[in-house]
Amino acid sequence: MSSTAEGIAGPRVASKSEPVAGRLARGLTRGPLNVFLILIGLLWLIPSIGLLVTSFREPADYAESGWWTVLSKPAALTMEGYKNLLSNESMMQGLWNTVKITVPASILVVVIAALAAYAFAWVAFPGRDSLFLLVVALLVVPLQMALIPASRLFNVTGIFGTIWAVVLFHIAFGLPFAIFLLRNFFAGIPKDLLEAARIDGASEWQIFARLVLPLGMPAIASLFIFQFLWTWNDLLVGLTFGGDASPLTVLIRQEMRQYGTNIDVIAPGAMLLMLVPLAVFFAFQRYFVQGLLAGAVK
Amino acid sequence: MAVASSDVSAKSKSRRPRPKRPGGRRPLVALAFLLPALILLGALVVYPLVDTIAQSFQDQDTRQFIGLENYRRALDRDNTITALKNTLIWVILVPGLITGGGLIFAVLTERVRYGTAVKVILFMPMAISALSVGVIWRVMYEQDPDRGLVNAVIGAGVDTVKGQGAYPNATLSGEQDLEQPNAKAAVTSNQELAVGDTVTFGLVSITDEEVPADAEQAVAPEGNEGAITAVVWRDFKPGGGTAGEIEEEEVGLPNVTMELLDQSGEVVASETTGSDGSATFEDPGGGPFTARVAASNFDEGFQGFAWLAPALVTPAIIGAFVWGGIGFAVVVIGAGLAALPRDLLEAARTDGATEWQVFRMITVPLMAPILGVVFITMTINVLKLFDIVYVTAPGGSINAANVVALDMWRTSFQARQFGIGAAIAVFLFLMVIPIMVLNLRRFRRDES
Repeated sequence: MSSTAEGIAGPRVASKSEPVAGRLARGLTRGPLNVFLILIGLLWLIPSIGLLVTSFREPADYAESGWWTVLSKPAALTMEGYKNLLSNESMMQGLWNTVKITVPASILVVVIAALAAYAFAWVAFPGRDSLFLLVVALLVVPLQMALIPASRLFNVTGIFGTIWAVVLFHIAFGLPFAIFLLRNFFAGIPKDLLEAARIDGASEWQIFARLVLPLGMPAIASLFIFQFLWTWNDLLVGLTFGGDASPLTVLIRQEMRQYGTNIDVIAPGAMLLMLVPLAVFFAFQRYFVQGLLAGAVK
Repeated sequence: MAVASSDVSAKSKSRRPRPKRPGGRRPLVALAFLLPALILLGALVVYPLVDTIAQSFQDQDTRQFIGLENYRRALDRDNTITALKNTLIWVILVPGLITGGGLIFAVLTERVRYGTAVKVILFMPMAISALSVGVIWRVMYEQDPDRGLVNAVIGAGVDTVKGQGAYPNATLSGEQDLEQPNAKAAVTSNQELAVGDTVTFGLVSITDEEVPADAEQAVAPEGNEGAITAVVWRDFKPGGGTAGEIEEEEVGLPNVTMELLDQSGEVVASETTGSDGSATFEDPGGGPFTARVAASNFDEGFQGFAWLAPALVTPAIIGAFVWGGIGFAVVVIGAGLAALPRDLLEAARTDGATEWQVFRMITVPLMAPILGVVFITMTINVLKLFDIVYVTAPGGSINAANVVALDMWRTSFQARQFGIGAAIAVFLFLMVIPIMVLNLRRFRRDES
């Protein structure tokens, strides 16, 4: 939790020198401010709690009463939904597919982007600037622009409906942002450092692997977390190319066709899906926020 | 840092020295580093992009050039028109809402000690999938106020202000000279009444819980000089009884609003029944009158807004999206606020500027670039919007909730209309082009 505070709070600036009158005036306006902020906090917290409680309820209860009624009779809660979910083979296969998609997609995008970013930042070649402008242009291209031809391509190569179709597409569409982020970070490494290494006769590969990668670790960590969350949470790519290798999001979405009767699968399923991103969020918040700021503000 | 560089130099001492100019032209080396990225970007982003544009001008099977036919067909579809309209609504409302809201929350959370905790709570939905956000809000938006929290909260307010009928489920029992055109309407007596007359109203479908504790045995009314007397009772006797007759163990219904009408149908008097279910209209004047049990007694109270029905589905999903996305704005803007020159703000305050003036004249102008970035990022996100609409809108509302990115997917991969799908994708592409140009300009400016 300490990293959480650090990440979101940002640099603290002490403002102890505030005049007494100002502090007094502010103290008087604190009441409404506190009420407002607490209301906002509740408004953002309660919906998630609603899903959490719902995931522990009987489906018959869902049809009868609101989740908040359990506050008066907590005995009505049950683990049944989770038990059924964990013994539901297709859902568990979906979870496994999500893992099998997310891990390679996040690792490979970082590796491939780091290589390219190094070339963009530190190796001169003809057309470098124009090529990088193309990468910047691709940053905002919607996935939808590629879905139809890519699905043909996957069909022709026979990987449609496999993990690899989903993974490759995720990597490709993750690359523009990844290259952009890492190139900007790598470009900030002091030039003297690289020149010294070059004068000492280090090869480009050595400079990349021994110097730039270690120095770029903060950016690489941010990027990895971003990519991980983005891929883990994806529905669209999995839905389009996943076929038999569909991730958990797609399977939960299928259950939603009979939303009312399947709430005992949907609610625990959605909770299960949230578990990993929330763990990542709390564990690596600092990197998450840094990546966000680097991507957004730079 | 020092460790890393000395490591490199130590290991490479023995190697042949490289050209001294760093960043010397080494296209082959560069190509080796770029190759994996170039292959993937080429095959799965650039080629498909070009092919989608080509496809939008071609017949889907023969791939013959057919001009703007796909675009014409796309614009002939109600779904596409709805999608374009909805995307316009999203683009107009949401980026501004999130940027403005984010600025307000960021400024306010900065002023309290627990601000970071609030920020974490606001930011948490960012980590979870649009699918989970959709499920969360499906639960919140249930129409029945007993099941959906949004309607429960609204209902608590509405019912306090407006009140609820005393016997919302009651219906007319048989064998009486009474009329009720439909279930929730007033029950009117067919009998014409004059001063001294009495009238009875037997109602059923009232649960024991609905009968107030102070309800007493109903008594058949006796004529009352100078008044019209009405009795409303629960025409139900455990173990059976005669419909339309007041019997032992049948209680009067208190708190029923009774109305007396003249011949033109105007309400001339209104009374509430007592604990034995009787109401007395004293001295009503010359008749004839009719009496009725007012419709308000059967008012079920707030029944809940159908948030996910076609009429409200887009605002409802916008609510869910803002809930999910505002954390991004709060954190990015918060980081910007932390970097503002404190001296400037303090100086303004010392000079007597109000908090509002400081916000308006210093904070907002200095934050303008960051606000712009948040706004643009949100605009792109809104244009690409797919998951949350696809998940949150129930089957019956999905057409009403349609947006361009979703329409493209449904047209291509559900209806298998690839030509039209490609044309819709191009609409989407055209919408992001201004942002692409803006990004390129900003990048060029930052680089130089």
